[in-house]
Amino acid sequence: MRLLYIARRFAVFLLIVWLAASLNFFLPRLSGQDPVRTKLLAEAQLGGYVQAGIEDMVQEYNRKFGLDKPLWRQYVTYVGDTMRLDFNYSIANYPRTVRDLIAEALPWTIGLLGMTTLLSFGIGTLLGALLAWPGAPRWMRYVMPPLWALHAIPFFLLGLILMYLLAFQFQLLPIFGGYSPGAAPGFNVKFILDVMAHATLPALSIILVSTGGWALGMRGMMVTTMGEDYVTFAEAKGLKASTIFLRYCVRNAILPQTTALALALGQILSGAVLVEVIFGYPGIGALLFQAIRENDHFLIQGIVFTVIVALGFTTFILDVLYPWLDPRISYQRS
Amino acid sequence: MFRYLKRNPSLAFGIFLMSILAVFLLIGTFRIDPEDARPLSAPALHPPSWDYPFGTDRQGRDLFAAMVVGTPLTLRIGFVAGILGVTIGTVLAFVAGFYRGIVDTAIRGIADIGLTVPGLLILIIIAVSVRGGLTVNQMALVVASLAWLNPTRTIRSQVLTLRERGYVEVARLSGMSGPEIIFFEMIPNLLPYLGATLVSAVSAAILASIGLEVLGLGPLEAPTLGMTLYWVNFNAAIINGWWWWWTAPIVIIVIVFLGLFFMTVGLDEIANPRLRRSI
Amino acid sequence: MNALEVRGLRVSFEHPLGLVRAVDDVSFNLAPRERFGLVGESGSGKSTMALAIMRMIRPPGHIDGGDVLLGDGNLSDLSGEAMRRARLAGIAMVPQGSMNALNPVMRVGDQVADAMRDHGVQPSDIAALMARVGLPSGTVDKYPHELSGGMKQRVCIAIAICLRPTVIIADEPTSALDVVVQRQVMRTLADVQQDLGAAILLIGHDMGLMAQFVDRLGVMYAGRLVEVAPIAEIVRRPRHPYTELLIASLPSMEQKEPPRGIPGLAPLLRDLPSGCAFHPRCPKAEGRCVTERPEPREVAGGVVVRCHFA
Repeated sequence: MRLLYIARRFAVFLLIVWLAASLNFFLPRLSGQDPVRTKLLAEAQLGGYVQAGIEDMVQEYNRKFGLDKPLWRQYVTYVGDTMRLDFNYSIANYPRTVRDLIAEALPWTIGLLGMTTLLSFGIGTLLGALLAWPGAPRWMRYVMPPLWALHAIPFFLLGLILMYLLAFQFQLLPIFGGYSPGAAPGFNVKFILDVMAHATLPALSIILVSTGGWALGMRGMMVTTMGEDYVTFAEAKGLKASTIFLRYCVRNAILPQTTALALALGQILSGAVLVEVIFGYPGIGALLFQAIRENDHFLIQGIVFTVIVALGFTTFILDVLYPWLDPRISYQRS
Repeated sequence: MFRYLKRNPSLAFGIFLMSILAVFLLIGTFRIDPEDARPLSAPALHPPSWDYPFGTDRQGRDLFAAMVVGTPLTLRIGFVAGILGVTIGTVLAFVAGFYRGIVDTAIRGIADIGLTVPGLLILIIIAVSVRGGLTVNQMALVVASLAWLNPTRTIRSQVLTLRERGYVEVARLSGMSGPEIIFFEMIPNLLPYLGATLVSAVSAAILASIGLEVLGLGPLEAPTLGMTLYWVNFNAAIINGWWWWWTAPIVIIVIVFLGLFFMTVGLDEIANPRLRRSI
Repeated sequence: MNALEVRGLRVSFEHPLGLVRAVDDVSFNLAPRERFGLVGESGSGKSTMALAIMRMIRPPGHIDGGDVLLGDGNLSDLSGEAMRRARLAGIAMVPQGSMNALNPVMRVGDQVADAMRDHGVQPSDIAALMARVGLPSGTVDKYPHELSGGMKQRVCIAIAICLRPTVIIADEPTSALDVVVQRQVMRTLADVQQDLGAAILLIGHDMGLMAQFVDRLGVMYAGRLVEVAPIAEIVRRPRHPYTELLIASLPSMEQKEPPRGIPGLAPLLRDLPSGCAFHPRCPKAEGRCVTERPEPREVAGGVVVRCHFA
């Protein structure tokens, strides 16, 4: 019954985790060569900026993934490592491990994404619901077209425009980074305000673009819901307008809207990565960008794996919560 | 046709935007020398002037030429990937939705899992693994590899609905074979929907390619829209005040996305008559 | 004093291809405790009538004229809020519950409770209410999708009577149910009506059902009320040609010949024939019928007909 449903969903989640690890293993090797080993060898041969320990790394890598080892053996080692969250050392930032770097950057991204998604989903859904309702204030109709037009463009584009306008021209907000250079991280008010100031532009780029999409979707769901028989009957029952709006219309329209949220998470994340890159916001996205620039394959693989797993887990949680929202979906069915 | 456009303002506006772009490209192709889109063909960092209507960038590219040459490249990636994605998606969707059974479960499972994962990340892994960087055509193929996921899903649900319709039953009973039914009965009815899906897929593909390029994973020499923005970011053009460098690509990208978006909305209206606002 | 009086009600809808007159100058009364049936083909305007009485017509439809009196109060004069309070408490509707009339994400007990609450009544005795309509006590906590068609219909009846209205409008309450359940539900409806002392307006298209249930019957055609008469009278001696054909089309056990239908199709409400709307299909039609609209005339005790020849 209920446990079986959760177990199935969890199995799907594990499948995703396994697929992510396999992806990281096989894709780079598809071109016939292993770009990691190439990179390591190249680094090892470079004079100049030699990172101590690269020799050790190359040896370690050969030990685990050496060309003399059969592919399946390498694969098993790789998956085993990944399951233990051992993503190896960062090639470009040796001796720091990939896991450490990710652990540092992840909270920034979660903070940004969590807050912006909640805000844009919340505001957008409410706005969309009100727009569909005949009794809503008239001024709301004027808010819609700009939001609608905005949501068609990628987050980072708006980010660039906002950066120019607000940070450069009018100098209202900081341009770059997660916090001012030299500021000491700590849980004091000054630092927190600094962080929030720096997060404002990235957050705004995401919120302004996403809200329109959610509003549009919710408005559509509301229009469909308002045409249903149970809404007509609710009115015939002499219910108050607020009751009909909230408990009959919104409560039903929000179901497909939530499904849309679960499906959109991947896209939102992709967009957020680019936003972080533009603003130098020290999250996963900026880390990934840096890793690509430095050809740090271990770091790239580690980030991709972490993100896929995080998303898979979030989707899993949403899947499990959904029947609680919609009693028609029983825990029995898949 | 024009009468319909008057009743479908979204589609009209979308086509209008894309036409502006087309006109720009057409005029541009006659006025420029493609060589000017290469680095070191013009003095660096000049603001817009009569000689250089869009100004020049730090590597000495004539930005007007760069836009005229680069925009079609970006669009091409989008169209190739979009068309490939929708074609593969349609085939898979029909196979899954029409024949059902284990094939359906497999295809749907793959598509669902594929959609949970953020596509950009997979593309990054692929792009990083390819030796020596990507050419424009390779980018199109890379983006296409994921572009079929969404179309498969949406077209499949349409196929499932259509399958239950009366005329399909009739066709089946009168002895038409599966592929015959698909081609002669179902696809003609799905054309508007396929059109909307195609435009949507092209838009998504362009977004993906621009994303890869901004991260620096695109073809480094090509003056595509995304690569231009990469250089803008690389050179901190915004802070340095070289506004003309990023204005042109941003305006063009906005036009492309808005145009494709409104076309999708317009085509959706054709495909789903319930969305129509007038008869 | 009548429980419900409808006087000259007119409802039309804006349509790009023409004005749709869904209800065209309809008048009838409901005495207290009376059962009044309203029959007509699909598209004759009966459901629109129900909505119009409850003042629930939305654009592009609008009420063009006429009054609806509930007891001694004119519903047409009420403000929006007053009308809201009158719904369910004064005049209640029983919809086709087996369709989609119940909120899928709320327990049915809560759907009774919220009606009571929004009318200023503390929700209580909901289980007893369920029992009153023949539902087991556990129903209160169930969701609509867990109930059968007949059970959902009973829930709708329970909702309709929870505030003890004086008039109940039942709009095709049994159309989607099988005959056995149909009978049970109609019996429940009759029971609660007796209990409450309410009047019932039963809307439908099943003449057989009407014959068994109602005291008086109104026949609608093309948005107009063409005949009103006590049920026994109307079955024994229909006055209007349309009613005649309707009764004749009912299959009977004794009949040996195949049942007769009514030739032609019901007219589009936005493209009505001139004069009497039935004249294209009427076996008795003459020149006068094309030019002159018949007005309602009382031809016998309690029998009102719109026909030049009744």
